[in-house]
Amino acid sequence: MTRRALVNALLVVAVVALFAVPLLVDGGTSGYGGTDAAVTEELEADGYTPWFESFFSPAGEVESGLFALQAALGGGVLGYVLGRLRGRRTAATATATAIAAATATTTTSGGTAAEADRR
Amino acid sequence: MHIAEGFLPAGHALGWTLAAAPFVAHGARAVVKEVRENPESTLLLGAAGAFTFVLSAIKLPSITGSSSHPTGTGPGAILFRPPVMALLGTVVLLFQALLLAHGGLTTLGANAFAFAVVGPWAGYAAYRLTRAAGAGLLPAVFVGVALADLATYVTTSLQLALAFPDASTGLAGTLAKFLGVFAVTQIPLAIGEGLLGVLLFRVLTVNARPELERLGILKPAPVPTGGAA
Repeated sequence: MTRRALVNALLVVAVVALFAVPLLVDGGTSGYGGTDAAVTEELEADGYTPWFESFFSPAGEVESGLFALQAALGGGVLGYVLGRLRGRRTAATATATAIAAATATTTTSGGTAAEADRR
Repeated sequence: MHIAEGFLPAGHALGWTLAAAPFVAHGARAVVKEVRENPESTLLLGAAGAFTFVLSAIKLPSITGSSSHPTGTGPGAILFRPPVMALLGTVVLLFQALLLAHGGLTTLGANAFAFAVVGPWAGYAAYRLTRAAGAGLLPAVFVGVALADLATYVTTSLQLALAFPDASTGLAGTLAKFLGVFAVTQIPLAIGEGLLGVLLFRVLTVNARPELERLGILKPAPVPTGGAA
């Protein structure tokens, strides 16, 4: 494993740990309610009534599916772009290596021809 | 960060919509200009939009026992400057308002102002200042991406405090209350998002070097002339 890959892997581990540790530490006592919902509940408890409703409110299970769809779309596009960029770099490196090899061959044969002329 | 549908008084909803609209319109023009003048940017622009699309879909647990969303607007603001994110961020919010009943149309202006305007600008400013102070690319990316996240939630808290100032504690007290809900929960998320931003830029510096040089993120490497100079 190269140093670069190691650092990248450690970054991923750090991010996972950052969110896994709170879950482990509190032993499942917290509800992890969303902050957005906490605020609306607080406002409703204070007597505020929303004056407009969403046209379409998916049921809980459908909602989590749609959230997953949003993440999948984003993740898919991100993976596609990063994959293409990486492929472009490796292809460019391969081409550069091939050209260098071809140039080296030409130089060598050129040298041989020059030697042949001298003879 | 999503203020729910109908939860801002009509005057505030209208005011924030009017405040956000010019930024979003300017952002739309910035995206069109970028794609037209630099078609090779399209790929990276897609990555910036995709990053905010993924991250804003994920609810993450925090030390406060609540969960919240990251924003993912920082990398795009650093790469393409903040106006581009005003459009891309609003598209994300519109998707969530229409399909997920998360946020809303009446609160779209306020949410866009926090998520797609203030967040990207704060993150970009923090990135530029950190680099101007002599820091390298990756530390500056960390600071910029984390601050884009945090600034969004501070703005949301301020918007709610302005709409619902407490009679006894006043604006400052209400702001403290909403910051207590949003900003504290958000700190670990902002750090995590900053680390993901660093990871993304580590990958980009290797694989998208020409784009980063053209966008002024990296200094062009000295041309390997094979010692001819």
